[in-house]
Amino acid sequence: MTPSSSIAAPGATPAPEEHHDHHPSYLVDGTTIKSWLLTVDHKRIGLMFLFWVLLFFLVGGIFALLIRVELLTPGPTIMDAMTYNRTFTLHGLVMIFLFMIPAIPAVFGNFLLPLMLGAKDVAFPRLNLLSLYIYLGGAFIALWGMLNGGLDTGWTFYTPYSAHTTTTVAPVLFGAFIIGFSSIVTGINFIVTCHTMRAPGITWFKMPLFVWAIYATSCIQVLATPVIGLLLCLVTVENLFGFGMFDPARGGDPVLFQHLFWFYSHPAVYIMVLPAFGVMSEVVATYSRKNIFGYRAVAYSSLGIAFVGFFAWGHHMFVSGQSTFTGGLFGVLTMLVGVFTAIKVFNWVGTVYKGAVDFRTPFAYFCGFLFFTVFGGMTGIALGTVSLDVAWHDTYFVVAHFHFIMVGATIMAFLAALHYWFPKMFGRTYHEGWGLVSAALIILGFNATFIPQFLLGNNGMPRRYYEYPERFQALNVASTAGASLLAFGFIIIAMYLTYALVYGKASGKNPWRSKGYEWVSESPPPTHNFVGPQPVFPEEPHFYVDPKKAEVPDAV
Amino acid sequence: MQSSSHAAEGALPVPRLAGHFASLEVQNHAARLGMWLFLATEILLFAGLFICYGVYRFLFPEAWAAASRSLDLTMGTVNTVVLITSSLTAALAVHYAKEGKNKMVAVQIALTLLMAVGFLVIKYFEYHHKFEIGTLPGRFYSYEGIQLPGVPMYFTVYFCSTALHGLHVVIGMVVLAFSMVRALTKADFGPNNYTMVELGSMYWHLVDLVWIFLFPMLYLV
Repeated sequence: MTPSSSIAAPGATPAPEEHHDHHPSYLVDGTTIKSWLLTVDHKRIGLMFLFWVLLFFLVGGIFALLIRVELLTPGPTIMDAMTYNRTFTLHGLVMIFLFMIPAIPAVFGNFLLPLMLGAKDVAFPRLNLLSLYIYLGGAFIALWGMLNGGLDTGWTFYTPYSAHTTTTVAPVLFGAFIIGFSSIVTGINFIVTCHTMRAPGITWFKMPLFVWAIYATSCIQVLATPVIGLLLCLVTVENLFGFGMFDPARGGDPVLFQHLFWFYSHPAVYIMVLPAFGVMSEVVATYSRKNIFGYRAVAYSSLGIAFVGFFAWGHHMFVSGQSTFTGGLFGVLTMLVGVFTAIKVFNWVGTVYKGAVDFRTPFAYFCGFLFFTVFGGMTGIALGTVSLDVAWHDTYFVVAHFHFIMVGATIMAFLAALHYWFPKMFGRTYHEGWGLVSAALIILGFNATFIPQFLLGNNGMPRRYYEYPERFQALNVASTAGASLLAFGFIIIAMYLTYALVYGKASGKNPWRSKGYEWVSESPPPTHNFVGPQPVFPEEPHFYVDPKKAEVPDAV
Repeated sequence: MQSSSHAAEGALPVPRLAGHFASLEVQNHAARLGMWLFLATEILLFAGLFICYGVYRFLFPEAWAAASRSLDLTMGTVNTVVLITSSLTAALAVHYAKEGKNKMVAVQIALTLLMAVGFLVIKYFEYHHKFEIGTLPGRFYSYEGIQLPGVPMYFTVYFCSTALHGLHVVIGMVVLAFSMVRALTKADFGPNNYTMVELGSMYWHLVDLVWIFLFPMLYLV
């Protein structure tokens, strides 16, 4: 880049006399470590989140592989039963609380929300930085607990077991509580940003669909997280001091724990997938070169999922002794989520229909995403049926289902977002060929990992067991092989993206010729996002006049 | 664009506009909206405890009626009055902040803090009494006075909710003390710049509101 531009005032804000033509990008505006760690720039905070989120993804992924290696043979393979319990707990905890929940909102939401709204920053920049450090503080307290004794309850911390186990429940739960606080702060920040920071001309129904998705996600975060925060505190004191709130030996009710736990943790699924849906709406419009089909329906269905998601928690408790009527009711409410998701799926397919598809890496992930969402969603409908769930309850069928919808869809969207917005974030492009190869590997590897698990579950293999009868071995080996393929795909991505970060060609302002609002500013954007006066956005987002006539960019 | 550092040397209350907001009005609106959302999450936090209360009261109705009668109604009532009055002074602080009477802001907040301390002192005596007769939660429970299943659970809920509320009282005191110091040292609250007092006072109303729910639930049923 141009090294002359970094006069670099100590703070993150540029000196006011820098009003000549060239504005440095946010990446080089201040190069000291302090200017990164104490920045209030949403883009830098987004990048720092990206770093940590990827690191925790690596940790969680390594533990996933350890689990798969352990399950390679019917008997004990590389660890004992207790270590296995701690391993899958750590895998679940790290992946859910440290990767899946913050991944898209904290990284891409932070980076893009103000850009998509024509704002200079989020509403509360310092609070935004605080949310990063709260997240890290919670993460390290939890990980410290995991390493000093570990936790063997599974990520659901079910009582009364979690009240009595001698493993380190308290620090881990306390860490998760703190991370929840970060989630709340981010949610509040995004909601207020959507309400107050929209540039002139951006009405509610001219907001990009990614913003809608993040808005709906933030509503869930704000409404659901406090409840689990309280619950985690109660279980912590229960474990430390024996309060007995959920311990039947002291008159408590463990089913009450489950109700409160799933009241958060079911909507948490939508905290993970709603932003994924938002990413996909952006990607599909850009690469089909078409206005999104049924914009309002997609926007409303995000809110619909957020709303209905709060009334579906009971489907986790079909076998906990709740009445048949309650079970049926929760089953029906669960299926309503499928209706809203189907609205989105049909709209995406409608967008691709007759579009001028530019088949790039993000679009490849869109294809994988569509499959995982539909397949994972349909198995979700099946699991929402009480009679079927009773048979599949706590088997690998459930494991495969939630990995398909939560992990499959979210990973697809995360990778699509990473590739789609990579030029926006760093001003460089990656190698398209490697992108497509690794996308194929990952989609293939994912299917190879989890389709055998559907079969295993259907044949009756319970989850959380570390030994199993001989007859399950073939499918377990297949699953482990798929997991290694998946890991291989991630290694390739890490390699070519790191390469692109340093040696990649300059991408230009808008390499995809997208009509998204975020591409209006430079790539990478300057510190306050826009040079000159606040931009106005006269057209609606995703406004492509005629896909057939639209110019398709050259291959990079 | 707009500089965030204010140039005026204490002459007039100068509202500070952060660079990323379009106008002062928007900035105040954002602050207020953020605070409302935060207060909503706080209410939801307590809502979890209210659900526990509701469920166990449904399971052990006699025990809850009996155990709640063992609380000291006089102390609870005095505390309620003290807390509601402190909410009034907190509201008055906002009123004076809007008029730019920084001294009065400090006085009103000081009164609020005084009553908050009073509340905590009364709470201390209540807790002390409970420690002595042994109605502590969980495995520390050793009370023999009421022999009904579910009584220990009542005291668990009592301690969890009042302790969480007490924690919020302390946090609220810190927040209010912060704006009191601000009113005394900087004296920059005025018609355009009273958001800090307003938000602190909103938080204090939440503390008050939660107690308004806790008092009848725990003492009066």
